[in-house]
Amino acid sequence: MKKGVYICHCGSNIAGTVDVEEVSKWADDLEDVAISRDYKFMCSSLGQELIEKDIEEYGLDRVVVASCSPHMHESTFRGACQRAGLNPYFMEMANIREHCSWVHKDKEAGTEKSKALVAAALSRVGHHEPLVIQYAPVDKNTLVVGGGIAGIQAALEIANSGYHVYLVEREPSIGGHMSQLDKTFPTLDCSACILTPRMFEAGNHENITLLTYSEVENVDGYIGNFEVRIRKRARAIDEEACTGCGLCEEKCPISVVDDVFEAGLGYRKAVYRPFPQAVPKYPVIDRENCTWYQKGKCRLCEKVCPTDAIDFEQEDEILEVKVGNIIVATGYDAFDARRIPQYGYGRYPNVFTGLEFERMTNAAGPTTGKVVLRDGVNVPESVAIIHCVGSRDKKYNEYCSAVCCMYSLKFAHMVHDKLPDAKVYNFYIDIRTPAKGYEEFYHRLLEEGTIFIRGRAASISDVALTVEEEGKLIVTAEDTLIGEQRRIPVDMAILSTGLEARHDSQEVARTFSISIDKNGFFRERHPKLDPVATMTGGVFIAGAAQGPRDIPSSVAQGAAAAARVLSIIDKGEVEMEAATAEVNDLTCVGCRMCVISCPYEAIDYLEDRQKAEVNRALCKGCGTCVAACPSKSITLHHFTDQELMAQMTGAMNALFEIDGVLMPA
Amino acid sequence: MKYAWYPGCSAEGNSFAYDETSRMIAEALGIEFQEIDDWNCCGATEYFSVNQLPAYALVARNLALINAEETPQVIAPCSACYINLKKTDEKMAKYEQLNTEVNVALAAGNLSYEPGAVKSRHFLDVVCNDVGYEAVKEKMTQSLAGLTLVPYYGCYMGRPEDNFDHPERPQTMDTLLKTLGADVPDYSLKTICCGGHMTQLSAEASLRILRHLLEGANQLNADAMVVGCPMCQLNLDAYQKDVNSAYKTNYQIPIVYFSQVMGLAFGMDPETLMFERGIVSSKAMLEKWLTAEPASKKRRRREKRDKNALPMPKQLES
Amino acid sequence: MTLEPNSVYEKIITELPDGEKLKSCLQCGNCTGSCPSATDMDYAPRGLFALIAAGQDEKVLRANTFWYCVSCYQCTVRCPQEIPITDIMYHLKHQAIEKGLYTTDAKDFSGTFIGMVEHFGRSFELGLAAGFHLLHHPLESVKMAPMALGMMSRGRLKLLPKRIKNMGQLRAILDKAKEIGA
Repeated sequence: MKKGVYICHCGSNIAGTVDVEEVSKWADDLEDVAISRDYKFMCSSLGQELIEKDIEEYGLDRVVVASCSPHMHESTFRGACQRAGLNPYFMEMANIREHCSWVHKDKEAGTEKSKALVAAALSRVGHHEPLVIQYAPVDKNTLVVGGGIAGIQAALEIANSGYHVYLVEREPSIGGHMSQLDKTFPTLDCSACILTPRMFEAGNHENITLLTYSEVENVDGYIGNFEVRIRKRARAIDEEACTGCGLCEEKCPISVVDDVFEAGLGYRKAVYRPFPQAVPKYPVIDRENCTWYQKGKCRLCEKVCPTDAIDFEQEDEILEVKVGNIIVATGYDAFDARRIPQYGYGRYPNVFTGLEFERMTNAAGPTTGKVVLRDGVNVPESVAIIHCVGSRDKKYNEYCSAVCCMYSLKFAHMVHDKLPDAKVYNFYIDIRTPAKGYEEFYHRLLEEGTIFIRGRAASISDVALTVEEEGKLIVTAEDTLIGEQRRIPVDMAILSTGLEARHDSQEVARTFSISIDKNGFFRERHPKLDPVATMTGGVFIAGAAQGPRDIPSSVAQGAAAAARVLSIIDKGEVEMEAATAEVNDLTCVGCRMCVISCPYEAIDYLEDRQKAEVNRALCKGCGTCVAACPSKSITLHHFTDQELMAQMTGAMNALFEIDGVLMPA
Repeated sequence: MKYAWYPGCSAEGNSFAYDETSRMIAEALGIEFQEIDDWNCCGATEYFSVNQLPAYALVARNLALINAEETPQVIAPCSACYINLKKTDEKMAKYEQLNTEVNVALAAGNLSYEPGAVKSRHFLDVVCNDVGYEAVKEKMTQSLAGLTLVPYYGCYMGRPEDNFDHPERPQTMDTLLKTLGADVPDYSLKTICCGGHMTQLSAEASLRILRHLLEGANQLNADAMVVGCPMCQLNLDAYQKDVNSAYKTNYQIPIVYFSQVMGLAFGMDPETLMFERGIVSSKAMLEKWLTAEPASKKRRRREKRDKNALPMPKQLES
Repeated sequence: MTLEPNSVYEKIITELPDGEKLKSCLQCGNCTGSCPSATDMDYAPRGLFALIAAGQDEKVLRANTFWYCVSCYQCTVRCPQEIPITDIMYHLKHQAIEKGLYTTDAKDFSGTFIGMVEHFGRSFELGLAAGFHLLHHPLESVKMAPMALGMMSRGRLKLLPKRIKNMGQLRAILDKAKEIGA
């Protein structure tokens, strides 16, 4: 065997704590080593060429690169080997940066540990087998889950490239939270005006199958080849017949509080479209509140419908579709302000949440855009806007919700605009305005006369102690800039509630085999360099489902996820993991322990032969089955017992040679 | 149900009525008290603030005097006593060194205490959660209908942590008083502190705090404020007159213990329930109750929805 | 970051369980906003924490803040960073006594109380008040007289607390605790 060894300086990242020249010199004398070198940056094109040249010149059949984590550059060095005609799996990396130089200070010890790690890799690589990378074709259809602005953007990008999209939305209409908003910061353009054209386009695109009032129930398969089961809930409306005239809604005698679209501030009928520009235009019948479904009476909608589109017998439909990629853009839930009782939401009528106020200022909302108190008549003379409700608080959510400062400023502007004489207070801890045009918007509000009080509001009470406080809500807070506890009487308080992961994000994550972070948001593959991919190939995330974010950022993520999907579709095939598990047919007893333990459902039990078999397309090479198998019948290629033992003895022998450490018998 | 009973220093003077009526309703509910023999002061907040180890040792002596096998739980009617007993037991369990040192001190008096042996309970907690509202209802012979009773919890029923009720919106006493048939408004100041010992340090500060609480109850047309702590009772009752003269107000709100109003509902003679021990007279409250019309059987008609008004959010279920 | 040895900050962090959480104070003011005594404090909790972080120890220990703290835990349960604020107030009282830097007579009030407990094994609120005021504010005592009379006539005010039977045992325990704690 002829092995080549390459020790990387990584600038001073490694060379600062490891004597790389010494390691290289030491390795040169080891068994089977034909050439050993050290180099400033092995990952540079010159570094890679060094490997390629040596493979040809010295006839190397194994390569060890001692540098950073394989997460960073394994594919780089595998590529170099492949270009020189060597099977890429004949390359092994020794991680002397994250595992050594970055975690140690003592250069002598760092050097010795690096030697042991290099020796381990050399010993292991001798046992490597050549593996062949398999390719699978990619289904050109895509599933987008969630019809908010991020999902709409992603669906349109893909559809406009000529590929088909299934856009699935839980609510009766697409549009998401953005459709509830009135103005958008910092430019104050009307939310509906910029959103509805996109909604219309998505609803009428020849490449988009829109499935609203629907949910994904199950996902099977792998990147390029997913099989998805979707439940299309019965609207009780015949979509072929319905013209969306709205007569049923008009005549329906049942009115209920709309907790979703109107955020509880308005009413809707039992048969309804959430809002006039809803896409699709068909209403749904809410069976929980419809008199026919509850008491077997009424059917008024049926009588008035001019096209006989009401279908009380309609049942849920189950659709099975095949797609190559999935984008999950399921959005966020607003923090439930009732969880902070000292703010009195739900107790004092004139305490409102951010979403309620959005609906109030919206010309199409319950007050036709008038800012009024809960009685619907009186106008507030003073308004307190309370920041960080449910955010930046370890009892609720430690993180900053990212959008509340800006929407609180927008609320202040809306009040100034609609009620020029009203006093507006903003209670804040820090004003966060980091994006384009945001800080300027803050300055504009300072000029408009908003009163900023730096201090988290402690409580809201209705117990008046002075004449001025009578009939008012009293916000108590420390004005930290003057160091005084203050009681500010106001007519209306708005709680700027934060953004939370969807209440069911954990179940959704399980459905799509992706993971969530400690706050319930979907976890990205890399927080900086791969923010829309997940650890599961072919499943991408976008928008506030990944973390609190505003509209521009959600749109950018939707487009980014679409670009990732398009590149996979265009390539036409996907690389399959070569380091997969394999069952030894001769010794397998068919106990099915591996089938149960596999987290990717990649192992089938063959009833006829009573044996387990690994589906190599699904296997991720995690090794769980190897540990679970009681008859030691499963081999994980590239991580065989032999390879791992060789790695350990390599390290132990080196340590013995260097330090005289005795290997345990 | 047998519990150790730690009356606390107030029971011998200031809150004699609370101690007496607690024993009366306990008997009616089948709760048996075993008073700790030769118990000593819990140290209130003063002892802890100045010298920590002697403070823990002081409280631990009481826990050590309890026969934990016979009575593994101790009831304190006073919130401050209760929190000190609870805190001492929990901190000794959590911090090994403290446990060792306290036991070395106890050994000087031939005593020892193993943390976790005795669980400390507030009397309100035992009545509402061990006995339960259903059992309370069964003992009732008359309703408190017609009375508006404002529950006031003070600091230590939900704070600082792992306590028997919510730190900001406790419900135990609300539910108890509703069970007794009273009108119980949602008192937003029910966990704001009464000022504790502040009456002794700054009259201005304490009267301001007390006035806030009394004003809040007054706005709810309280016939009485109901408490479960002698300190809360003392401050709101004995200084109400001073609040009135400082703020030109005229509050006449009797401050009564939950055990006293339970006694009324259980049909005990009001004379025996020691209402006369309050500085603010309870006469008006008692007269109102005695002359109250029996609760009307007719169900109140649902209020019609105001056409203009926006819907109110639903309250969170506790 | 290494803190000045023996500074108020360092002592809180090393001596008090969870005291290191003080480092994460956001200066949001929720503690002061929630404090029933804040308006009577020369530095309310948030301001005091800023002084502690700035190393102005003498100002900190001469403040009346922790003597005016009523131990209601309202700040503690609301603190978004879960700082044990009430426990820090207890600790600051201890530090102020240790360094002899206290300016309020709240210390004497605590002393009167402790004296009574160590003498009788029990306390009584009004006897305590009377004793404290007679010693330190004789005029206040006169003002308190009508209220005290009201309490007396209702059998709620006694002149002396009951002494516990085994006072010797309690003294032995407290003496030992003081010896270890010193």
